[in-house]
Amino acid sequence: MKNRIVYYLLVIFFVFVFVIFYRGLNNSNLYTPNTNIKIVPEFTSETLLKKKSVDSKDIFNKEDYYLLNIWASWCIPCKDEHPFLVNLGNSKKIEIIGLNYKDNLNNAEKFINELGNPYSTILLDRDGTKAIEWGAFGVPETFLIYKNKIIKRYIGPLNSNLVNEINNYIK
Amino acid sequence: MNFFKFFILILIVFTFNLSKADEIQLQNKITKNLRCLICQGQSVYDSDSEFAISLKLVVKNKIEKGLNEKQIYEFLTEKYGEWILYDPQLNKNTYFLWFLPLLIFLFGGAIIIKKLVIIKK
Repeated sequence: MKNRIVYYLLVIFFVFVFVIFYRGLNNSNLYTPNTNIKIVPEFTSETLLKKKSVDSKDIFNKEDYYLLNIWASWCIPCKDEHPFLVNLGNSKKIEIIGLNYKDNLNNAEKFINELGNPYSTILLDRDGTKAIEWGAFGVPETFLIYKNKIIKRYIGPLNSNLVNEINNYIK
Repeated sequence: MNFFKFFILILIVFTFNLSKADEIQLQNKITKNLRCLICQGQSVYDSDSEFAISLKLVVKNKIEKGLNEKQIYEFLTEKYGEWILYDPQLNKNTYFLWFLPLLIFLFGGAIIIKKLVIIKK
């Protein structure tokens, strides 16, 4: 009788373990951090093209939608998403702020001149520390901001689906 | 007198070096406990990815600003979640993680004691 209970317990245990591991097989092993950053971090930064220093409070000063896009000229996915940003910028419905991440300034200017400039301001992050303030860990990354709060975060390049989503927010 | 001044100067330089050495030691300790999010399985200390290089810089700046280890961990978990720490802090999400080994240990101990009692009989 006792052996039977042990046997059943063992079977149940192994089935349990099997189910857990089997479900785990389908999990993505790419971790996306769940950040608690809700409010736009404060910082001052140099800017590309205009060559002056700006404060974050002066940029996100309106009670409106903003898009912060972290990009770099060396980042290939950034090239893919750039046309979407240019389109969004042309629609004039949203102000797009660029954060140039660890880039060579000449290459960055070339990138903008060749592919168009959707950004109203391009902030410079020479050493990557400002991106960390935003909780970002790679390029490209995009933040949708409303009334000084981060309401949506897109890791990786934007695509037409995500742009539609953004358009739904800002219309 | 001159010798005395010189001595003081040397003393100041050396204490400064010591505090700097402490900072570097603390920085290494902290970055060894941080998971690199780009190259998972490596600590920030070991990694040379762009993200890790920046994060090392951030930790260094924070130490220079006078934040202690715990405050830096809090800052980073706020940005990246508990996952970034190799050594998770004790809170309601990690009770199970922290106390499970203890429970297993007690359970094992109970089994051993039971066996011993049986043998004695």
